[in-house]
Amino acid sequence: MSGGHSTYTPTNGFTKWLDSRLPLIRVMNDNVTNFPTPKNLNYWYTFGAILTFCLAVQLVTGIVLAMHYVASADKAFASIEYIMRDVNYGWLIRYVHMNGASMFFLAVYVHMFRGLYYGSYKAPREILWILGVIIYFLMMATAFLGYTLPWGQMSFWGATVITNFFSAFDQVIPGLGSGVLEWLRGDFAVDDAAVKRFFALHYLLPFVIAGVVFLHIWALHVPGNNNPTGIDVKGPQDTVPFHPYYTVKDGFATAIFMMLFAVFVFYAPNYLGHPDNYVEANPLVTPAHIVPEWYFLPFYAILRAVPDKLTGVLLMFGAIGVLFFVPWLDWSKVRSASYRPVFRQFFVLFVIACLALGWAGAQPAEGAALLIAQVGTFYYFIFFIFIMPVVGLWETPRKLPESIAKAVLAKNGHAAVQPAQ
Amino acid sequence: MKIRSMLATAGLLLAALAAPALASESEVALKTAEWSFDGPFGTYDAAQIRRGFQVYKDVCAACHSLKYVSYRNLSGPQGPFHTPADPKLGEDAVKALIDGIEVPDLDDAGEPITRQARLSDPFRSPFANEKAARAANNGANPPDLSVMVKARAGGADYLYSILTGYEEAPGDVVMQPGMSYNRFFAGHQIGMPQPIVSDDQVTYTEPGAPKASVDQMARDVTAFLAWASEPHMEERKRMGLSVLLFLAFLAALLYLSYQRIWADVEH
Repeated sequence: MSGGHSTYTPTNGFTKWLDSRLPLIRVMNDNVTNFPTPKNLNYWYTFGAILTFCLAVQLVTGIVLAMHYVASADKAFASIEYIMRDVNYGWLIRYVHMNGASMFFLAVYVHMFRGLYYGSYKAPREILWILGVIIYFLMMATAFLGYTLPWGQMSFWGATVITNFFSAFDQVIPGLGSGVLEWLRGDFAVDDAAVKRFFALHYLLPFVIAGVVFLHIWALHVPGNNNPTGIDVKGPQDTVPFHPYYTVKDGFATAIFMMLFAVFVFYAPNYLGHPDNYVEANPLVTPAHIVPEWYFLPFYAILRAVPDKLTGVLLMFGAIGVLFFVPWLDWSKVRSASYRPVFRQFFVLFVIACLALGWAGAQPAEGAALLIAQVGTFYYFIFFIFIMPVVGLWETPRKLPESIAKAVLAKNGHAAVQPAQ
Repeated sequence: MKIRSMLATAGLLLAALAAPALASESEVALKTAEWSFDGPFGTYDAAQIRRGFQVYKDVCAACHSLKYVSYRNLSGPQGPFHTPADPKLGEDAVKALIDGIEVPDLDDAGEPITRQARLSDPFRSPFANEKAARAANNGANPPDLSVMVKARAGGADYLYSILTGYEEAPGDVVMQPGMSYNRFFAGHQIGMPQPIVSDDQVTYTEPGAPKASVDQMARDVTAFLAWASEPHMEERKRMGLSVLLFLAFLAALLYLSYQRIWADVEH
């Protein structure tokens, strides 16, 4: 699937026979072991491997949980307690799956900010970026569906609030929103029908994600990796084979990430959750504050930043939708923000705006929190639709290194000892 | 690096903003107690959980179910009555304690009967259903306690605070009929009458047991409910230590391999 030339030569009878029928070893060789990778990738670039690990963990633990979980409004909560108490190591598998979702989002946010900073969405990697946004959107859907399954109070009320978004479309065509809502829930309220379909879709979507991940990696392997300098690979002196150079680096980073993961699973398994989700769903009791999981908080803040429901819903979906257009919104010729002194400042402000939106999303929508949510929402959109295109037009970028190899030497302070050319 | 320090400053600022906002959620600061199960190496105090079970059985069980916990859990490997050398001893101890507890069942003709509870039974629920519970409790439904410690912000401290937070209502508070004033309950009016009222309400019989003061009984029953909410906690923390040690060793080996492999590459 690589765009480059194959470097594989079968050496014995069997591998020659196999290579002319199903070139499995050739594909692995060209795309994993010998894949030429820029030699200056820093630790921010290890999150691709970390995310693959997260997806695998969620799939494996999820399949085991599905063997014990009962998708029914009457029995879901009890089946979770059965898993936690009576299934062998059920507590471990569930805590890994629960915290695995948070770890997955933590890693994906680092991965996305890294892509934005180093301009990894620019030509020729537009499709790679768009596939990434699709994966992110599918992850959000999967996480939302999964959170409803334990059938606690936050499961139920979260599902009620989120599906209620669609009722906003009653403002467009009376009856449209409520019709869609009833169709989605399979009932007039979130109830047994919803649990069952949410479970079916929660089981389905991760396999769709895995499929899009395959395309994402394919789209990565045609142009090859971007790198912190943002300049193209000029030749073999700029690259190292993926294995063992990056297998070992990604492996080390993944082990460190697993330690953070383990601290949550074994020592603070419920820290990122909400206590109300250990109270069984009750349609007659509304929790004092309905809050989503931490990874949705920035979008929740955007939703509530405006008083009008339909505008809020459109802004929230727009906040994800705008990401699809990022490759064409950035008019700078330089990829990496390391060489863009002005854009870099705006990027830092963007990260701060996202964190501030996350904080505001956890507060009741009033007073200072509402103001911060409104300012954050304004900056979020202005960053993409105004700052990104315009800054690239008048900013003077710093001088780019001639090649990755030269950049590496300069960074290590060896430039002075290079012979003059 | 400038960009990193800017981000770090932003993070600290947000944390500073968030801390008071989170703290202001509960109206009154909870009482805090030292729990044997706090911290990464904390374990349950089996004797305390046994006493707490007695408080649950003699006081709470009159109104509150514990439906996801079974009697066998008390004597099982994670339980406070477990006797590793001879599991039979622990089982017999629990059997003696539940002697006289009658649970509903069906006889061979399909007729409803009650029979002596067995180890395999879940804890008996005091009411047949929610309507019966409400009818007997001034319209309130006493919640199931199986995961109560995980179901409230503040966890064990919250339960302990509620159990010891009953007071005379201040003069300016108009109490609803049948409600009690509790300093730590949201809105201060709680449907549950003060459950632990006086010293020695429960008789602790185990040798070496502390005096059954109101405060001690509240702590003991809270510890019992913490165990009921998370019976695998000790196993979890033990496993966590092994996992972290293994991962630290793995990470160290990978880091050394990384240094070795990259030694000949300028990067």
